Amino acid sequence: MKGLTVLSLLVWLCAVYFVGIYLFVGGFLLVRLEVNRTSACGDVLQPGVEPLDFCQSRPRFRRAVILIIDALKIDFARFDRSNTAPRPYENKLPVLEEAVSSRPSQSRLYPFRADPPTTTMQRIKGFTTGSLPTFVDVGNNFASSAILEDNLIHQLGQMGKRVVFMGDDTWENLFPKKFYRSLPFPSFNVKDLHTVDNGILQHLYSTMVGDDWDVLVAHFLGVDHCGHRFGPDHPAMSDKLTQMDGVIRAVIDRLQNDTLLVVMGDHGMTDTGDHGGESQKETDAALFLYSPSAIFPGPPSQDEPDVVPQTDLVPTLALLLGIPIPFSSVGQVLLPLFAPHQQTEAADGRLSQLEALWINTKQVNRFLETYSGLAKDIDPQSLSELKAQFARLSSEYLSALREGRAPSQRLASSMQDYLTAVRDTCRATWARFNPAKMAGGLAVLTFACVACLVTSELSVVLTEEKRAALKAPATVAIAVGVGVAAAQLLTRGYAEAAWSLAAGAISSEVIFLWRAWRLKRSAVLKNGAKASKLSRWLIPRRLLLPWLAVALLRCASLLSDSYVIHEGRVVTFLLLSLALCVPIHLNWNGHLLPPTPDPLKSAGLLPSPTLTPAAIRKESGTLLGCLGLLVLCSYLSLWFHGCREEQGLCQPSPFLSPLSRLQDNQLKNIYYILSVASLAVCAYLLRLCLCHYGNLNSSGGSAFAARWILPLLCVCTGLHWAVGATAEDAFRQLAELIRTAQLALPRAAFCLLGAALSLVWADPLTVFMKTRNAASSRSSALPPPRYRASTGISPQAELHHLIPQIYQRMRRSLEDGELSGGGEDDNRPAVEAYGLGTVYSAPLLLFCGLLGVGLLLLHPEGMSLAFLLLLLEMGALLHIHASSTTLSGSPGANPGAFNVPWTPVVLWSLAASQFFHATGHLPTFPSIQWGAAFVGFPDGHVGTVLPASLVTLNTFASHILFAVGCPLLLFWPLVREVRGSRGGRGYGEEGEDAVMEMRLRENPHQFSAALLQLATRYLFILGAQTFSSVCAAAILRRHLMVWKVFAPKLMFEASGFLVSSTFLLIGVTLVIRVDVAVGRWFKRLIPSVSR
Amino acid sequence: MWDHEIRAMASTHAIIAGSVFMATVLPTVLVPGFSVYGTHLLWLYSVSAAVAAVSGTVFWLLGVTAPTKKHTLGYKLSRLFRSCVYFFLSCLFFHTVVVLYGAPLIESALETFSLAVLLSSLTTLRCLCVLGPNVQAWIRVFSRHGAMSVWDTCLQITVACTLIGAWVGAFPIPLDWDRPWQVWPVSCSLGAIIGYLTGLVVAPAWIHYHRKQLTYKCK
Ligand SMILES: [Zn+2]
Ligand SMILES: [Zn+2]
Repeated sequence: MKGLTVLSLLVWLCAVYFVGIYLFVGGFLLVRLEVNRTSACGDVLQPGVEPLDFCQSRPRFRRAVILIIDALKIDFARFDRSNTAPRPYENKLPVLEEAVSSRPSQSRLYPFRADPPTTTMQRIKGFTTGSLPTFVDVGNNFASSAILEDNLIHQLGQMGKRVVFMGDDTWENLFPKKFYRSLPFPSFNVKDLHTVDNGILQHLYSTMVGDDWDVLVAHFLGVDHCGHRFGPDHPAMSDKLTQMDGVIRAVIDRLQNDTLLVVMGDHGMTDTGDHGGESQKETDAALFLYSPSAIFPGPPSQDEPDVVPQTDLVPTLALLLGIPIPFSSVGQVLLPLFAPHQQTEAADGRLSQLEALWINTKQVNRFLETYSGLAKDIDPQSLSELKAQFARLSSEYLSALREGRAPSQRLASSMQDYLTAVRDTCRATWARFNPAKMAGGLAVLTFACVACLVTSELSVVLTEEKRAALKAPATVAIAVGVGVAAAQLLTRGYAEAAWSLAAGAISSEVIFLWRAWRLKRSAVLKNGAKASKLSRWLIPRRLLLPWLAVALLRCASLLSDSYVIHEGRVVTFLLLSLALCVPIHLNWNGHLLPPTPDPLKSAGLLPSPTLTPAAIRKESGTLLGCLGLLVLCSYLSLWFHGCREEQGLCQPSPFLSPLSRLQDNQLKNIYYILSVASLAVCAYLLRLCLCHYGNLNSSGGSAFAARWILPLLCVCTGLHWAVGATAEDAFRQLAELIRTAQLALPRAAFCLLGAALSLVWADPLTVFMKTRNAASSRSSALPPPRYRASTGISPQAELHHLIPQIYQRMRRSLEDGELSGGGEDDNRPAVEAYGLGTVYSAPLLLFCGLLGVGLLLLHPEGMSLAFLLLLLEMGALLHIHASSTTLSGSPGANPGAFNVPWTPVVLWSLAASQFFHATGHLPTFPSIQWGAAFVGFPDGHVGTVLPASLVTLNTFASHILFAVGCPLLLFWPLVREVRGSRGGRGYGEEGEDAVMEMRLRENPHQFSAALLQLATRYLFILGAQTFSSVCAAAILRRHLMVWKVFAPKLMFEASGFLVSSTFLLIGVTLVIRVDVAVGRWFKRLIPSVSR
Repeated sequence: MWDHEIRAMASTHAIIAGSVFMATVLPTVLVPGFSVYGTHLLWLYSVSAAVAAVSGTVFWLLGVTAPTKKHTLGYKLSRLFRSCVYFFLSCLFFHTVVVLYGAPLIESALETFSLAVLLSSLTTLRCLCVLGPNVQAWIRVFSRHGAMSVWDTCLQITVACTLIGAWVGAFPIPLDWDRPWQVWPVSCSLGAIIGYLTGLVVAPAWIHYHRKQLTYKCK
């Protein structure tokens, strides 16, 4: 067997996929590190050299009203008198224009530019923290969406200002318990234009008139929802904007002199009413500032900004209200709102423009220094330039101050330049999709899928090839990668790893495909009329094949937010549909029922069937029984689903909460017993299976692990649950013991697991050799001893279910092959090997089972029921596959071909996704089971690697189990081989014996081809899912749900793929390892025969 | 012979399709407040009853049913009784299958059962009419070489179309469009009926175009 060829091909395919995912994710997911520091009043940011608490000085405004009209595009706010036939969204807010033209010293209207992603949540984060929030703000606690970064609301609270909030309930999630008073209204239903707005209007005016508030935030959603539902060009939009016009008028009427009014949109909208992307229509919102007293020096002048970036609101508001600027803000104060710097220290306590700028500059510099100390994602060259710039500014300003002369106008503008440069640097780092990377990632992934498919179709040719198929692609890849890196270094001065990787991946794929095409052509030429396999893919009728249809539907379902939200059910539905197709298809081909006695057949016109009617009936019974089990398992698995917030009426499974949370003691006991019982059943079934095929008799490491470590592991797990379930105060005197047990038991289980897995790896053979008639065989001059791959240990078992199986390397004559007789001692084989028939599958099964128990340890106790279902469903799938292979085994087929068809592979991957959901997981960040990180580490961790890997193992438990177990699909039809079913033709003389997995040993070439094909098929299905998730993110990046549904789904799908492919490689490697061990075993047994 | 049978089949199908149409139109005129979405169950039962009655009558008149050995009244009655039992069992079977596919278990059980009745009357009833109460024969028919007459082939096509229609009908349910036809089980029953009607049209056409390839073993 060509283990190395198979492994290297698989590793290469995985690597190519990884590069594609890395490239795309790097261009799509914007990542930023959060700095968890807050500004305080005592920070030395004041202009003076001596420390001064600037919160003490009287602020310019005592109060502020902030009206956020979601998706208030700048086009909506502008007023054009000359426009006689306005569209529904034009000229509907005349109040703004009236204020600006009639009271120019009190009001301004600016375009207000948001940074992408232009979704409401990210924008609220943006204009409260002053930063550029990305999709992943690392450091954020994923489990809750609360903003931990320093922000305006927090600072207002620190200063004792009473913040009253009303409107979109997103705020309530972002700032829990931060408001003095809060009136959130549900924002989820996009179709609902009025609930939020009317709710606000009921309270807004009465609150304003009252005196128990300092800052009032009202977030209206009607305009945005109207956009999503009808688009901007619709009469409903006109009504909504007219309503908003009335609201603004009413608020202006009720304003007092010390109050600032801010009316703003959080983002704009496209012509279809959507937002989320970075086109100017989506980013340009409106900002309207108004005060009953004069704030601006006069009518808009030349040096007014054309566009106000959204980050600038934060420092401006902070300084106007007299609070520290939030720590991570990168905004720049809006100068027209401050006293011109020629004017010294105005009477009303206003900061001069220069002072404001200096405070702002110092704060931004402090943030930049802190951030660049923590993260390295800012380009070092521009960082050092910025630092130099700040040093220049600082010395100039301070020297001017020390000498007591007024700093020059030029200094102000260079401070502005500095602030702009910082913001641009940050934006370039954090807030821009990189379309080139996204396209590159998509291209690499597309090629990877094609390469995977080609490999699976050409597995026989590829493993046959003398030279390593990958030598040329790998060389070219390295050469191209290095070349691209060098070119980058030469032209741009630095190299980006992503691009060299991408270039390497693409070139290796192209070379590989080209070689594969040539190989195929030569193979076709050699084999003459053999039809080309790839061309069959293009026949449209293949689309009607159930497995292809189901796989396509599964991929297509990832493109719709509703289907992603209900993914657990969708996958179960598809799984059931495909599983039902199996017996229907068998019946269609007439394999399900024993053929009726037919006159034609007796006349010899039809080939006689290889299976007896009784065997067919038995196999069909097994098939249908397992199908029933499968259906039952998948139906019951629906009980273990968690709930997304989008699923309104859903109730999360009661098994998901850990036992210690249960109050009712009796219920707790029942749950505990149930969990332990299902764990025991799992372990028992595993042992039963191994025992049945005689794998437990050997004295090797694997058998030891199965016999002793597995039960011990289960006991540890059960005890751990018991300890974890005890109520906090139940056994006060035993508290110390319980704490120790909580620490020791899981760690002991981890150690046992590690020991067992390494034992299986080190000594995977589960073959027990028994020498019979040792004397005679030793003395006799009979050539090579012959082996029996027997299964049961007891004579009864041997007689009853398992007919002794011979594995004969030397083809011997017929007369010696008689085994059932039993009496003739001379003819009995000299060596009897128990468990040889399942030598490949037993270690794999054991490995899977051990891993399963280990992963179960990381889950809440109730999930052991789900794991039992998983095990049963795995078994049912394997049996269905085995039975259908046996039933449909066409007599003329090549006896050495072990190909696994697509249907079971698709079923296998669907089951993996199904149990991802059925173990209580969901592709959303709040649903990650963080408790897994504390199993065995109740006091937390020091590093991040261990908790992260524990949580990963917990999250992708089902992916891991199904990926490791994937090669079982190859073995199971052989394990469940019915006597005489396969042997019909090619094995005339030994046809009576089921050789089981030794067949693989006899056809090492077909074995490696089939293994490669199975692995690449599984990889292809997984890769296709990931690819379609990537496509969904790329195509729907403007979708309302992109950051809520598609981007998390992409991250889960991508990491699931990473984990699955890694464990698939582990599974395949284990099989190859077993093969090596078997080879050695035979070598030891038959020194004369070298294999 | 081919033309004759295909023509008979086409006219039978036309009558059945007409009955579906009438079962939709007549109650709209006669029953106040009747609508396909609003009073969906009523419509389901009216269609089921119409299809059952019409196809039963037509097949009995045509005499397609497998020939029986005995002609005594008692035997016929027992056959009828067994058919009724089979029909009811098939309703239960479909109900179970639909529930396993994800229909709610307890709430809207009536709706699910009505869908099962509809599916039974579109598929099982035809099996009963063509093959009699003989499950072995039903299973045998759905295999590549199982069809023994034009009617068997036709049965294969219509049953497959109906079931695929109902299956496809489940797809729009999770979408968040809030349309009246997304309510359980409207889309599935609509899918089943549309599939059934398609089957009625496709079956004669397909048989007509493939009459060269079709060979039947004699009964
Ligand atoms: Zn918004
Ligand atoms: Zn929106």
